[in-house]
Amino acid sequence: MSTTGMRYVDEFRNPQLAAGLARAIAHAARPGRNYAFMEFCGGHTHAISRYGITDLLPANVHMIHGPGCPVCVLPIGRIDMAIGLAQARPDVILCSYGDCLRVPASAGLSLHKARARGADVRMVYSAADALSLAQREPRREVVFFAIGFETTTPPTAVVIEQARALGVDNFSVICNHVLTPPAIDALLGAAATGRDDAPHLDGILGPAHVSTVIGSAPYDFVAEHHHTPVVIAGFEPLDVMQAILMLIRQVNEGRVAVENEFTRAVSLTGNRKAQALVEGVFERREAFAWRGLGSLPHSALRIRPAFARWDAELKFALEDRPVPDHKACECAAILRGAKRPSDCALFATVCTPQTPLGACMVSAEGACAAHFSYGRFRDRERAATTGTQP
Amino acid sequence: MSTPDPAYRRPIDLKHGRVDLAFGAGGQAMAQLIAELFARAFANDYLARGDDAAVLPALTAGERLVLATDAHVVSPLFFPGGDIGSLSVHGTINDLAVMGARPLYLAASFILEEGFALAELARIVDSMATAARAAGVAVVTGDTKVVERGKGDGIFITTTGVGALPAGRDPGGARAQPGDAILVSGTLGDHGMAIMAQREALAFESEIRSDSAALHDLVETLYAATDASAIHVLRDPTRGGLASTLNEIAAQSGVGMLVDEASIPVSSAVQSACELLGLDPLNLANEGKLVLICAPHATASLLAAMRAHPLGGEAACIGEVCIDPQGFVQLRTCLGGRRMLDWLAGEPLPRIC
Repeated sequence: MSTTGMRYVDEFRNPQLAAGLARAIAHAARPGRNYAFMEFCGGHTHAISRYGITDLLPANVHMIHGPGCPVCVLPIGRIDMAIGLAQARPDVILCSYGDCLRVPASAGLSLHKARARGADVRMVYSAADALSLAQREPRREVVFFAIGFETTTPPTAVVIEQARALGVDNFSVICNHVLTPPAIDALLGAAATGRDDAPHLDGILGPAHVSTVIGSAPYDFVAEHHHTPVVIAGFEPLDVMQAILMLIRQVNEGRVAVENEFTRAVSLTGNRKAQALVEGVFERREAFAWRGLGSLPHSALRIRPAFARWDAELKFALEDRPVPDHKACECAAILRGAKRPSDCALFATVCTPQTPLGACMVSAEGACAAHFSYGRFRDRERAATTGTQP
Repeated sequence: MSTPDPAYRRPIDLKHGRVDLAFGAGGQAMAQLIAELFARAFANDYLARGDDAAVLPALTAGERLVLATDAHVVSPLFFPGGDIGSLSVHGTINDLAVMGARPLYLAASFILEEGFALAELARIVDSMATAARAAGVAVVTGDTKVVERGKGDGIFITTTGVGALPAGRDPGGARAQPGDAILVSGTLGDHGMAIMAQREALAFESEIRSDSAALHDLVETLYAATDASAIHVLRDPTRGGLASTLNEIAAQSGVGMLVDEASIPVSSAVQSACELLGLDPLNLANEGKLVLICAPHATASLLAAMRAHPLGGEAACIGEVCIDPQGFVQLRTCLGGRRMLDWLAGEPLPRIC
């Protein structure tokens, strides 16, 4: 868009530089082979779709969407738990981030729809907003439904510590925070054993914001154990293109390493202070059931016993009941990179961003929502070239 | 029984008073509110008659009547660049203007919540009167109801407008044709971001102001600049922003569109705020911008006319209409890739990570 200012961001969206990178990628990609890279993170999925980066890549370089969309991997049972609490307890104000409110849960409900039926559900912009709401409403129980990868975990840790320091006892958290490395491990483990429909991956485009917190070192196992290249990339379109070029070069040179394109924000060790905060408040769950990836050991966090008073799951004796996905919904396979959004029979028919059936259609970072909103005109072009119906 | 001498009637306390149920009950309190607030602010002969409806003069021969109505429930009531009062005037005038009509008269209905501060009501009514006067449109009739505390959100205003459509003008959402040019009259997303910043108490370095404005004079300028038949579609991209407006037109006309992202004007303040919140300025509401779709031969003269008008200084040609039975609006991104510019789904929400 034509703006004046925003120079810092504009540099990473420069059309001339993008054209230069596109030429370099086209030059580097060898015509005789395919390159399949997974962008783990929904932020990258969004950037690729938002800027039409696919048009700037050669036809033999494929980007496969990964599971790094916080609301997409959240199992339905966890949303049901929050809805159940908000409906059963009129004294509860249930707060969460915007995207979370629209995720379809059981019985045709979502937190949004529960609100229309009388539950007090509110959107907050930050964990801190939820805590200050609890301070303003001392007679209500304010429950923060916390979701997200390592990026959003430190702010949740901060508010739990603050609640303890300030003695805010009407505040508690349903912790759904999940961890990136175990998910990558599961994806590549499935690919290595040739299990069912796991896609072959030549490299991983590593998360931007998550890596600012955890650093680049936690991805070493991807290179060492899975022999798969990783390039950590920023969320701007030029970051993504530069990282794709770096991945292609690793593949061509037969190298397997963790490289960092996003050096302006990511270091080897990450943000130590944030890590210490998280370590102090949370501990790993034995296992957590991810939508799409199934139950993964040590892949999610719960609140440590020392902070049990602020753990809503204990405070309200909440139960986590597993709920199967809609039968025809392909969210699970799409989250594993095994299928594309347009492979799902529900896509753009009964499942749209307006009426989402699966979580991947909810968040702008979900693979289905990104493809629906930005890319579905391509299905027609693909159908025209392959002779199939869109 | 004699009528009390007006000199003995205590005026309504517009500084410290509050709306009570009597103001909507049809008795003297209501009559007094109308006289001391509404009739005084809107001051015209139609209201002064105190009748149930306004009797309006006949139109010029060949002109057709255009009618539009718009309910306003904005929160917050006051925001940088306007308030619910000026917005309720501009909103309905713009609905008339984008049909090519000259707005003539407004009717205004107020739903007030018991307890609402009369000082705020007076401020809103004054703002409406100022906006209407500036636009040369009279508020000729109205209605006031009061609902019990808790059953409203302070104040809701519905305005209905009547305009005259001169012969030869016939813009409509179904008239976009392949080859037509798509123009916008200025920066996008200002109103939506001004409201959001105020609602969420977000403080930005430079204040983002609503673009709320009456567009009929700009529309007249456009008709003066070209033959009327060249103007195919006029629309104000309010809720849902430019993205929804272009999709509406594409669907109505059964065409596609190709829009060039680099040419879409967005202020740096709105762009920065959108970066911060994970929003797209093309999904945010505008209250003083025009989308114009015109025959290609008229593009240059209409763009020049827009830019010469005070409300169109940053006008731009952003794309063109193309053949597409599926009605896709495609955007050429600033990097040269393509994507769709889709309808807004749900509310524009900030992203999570």
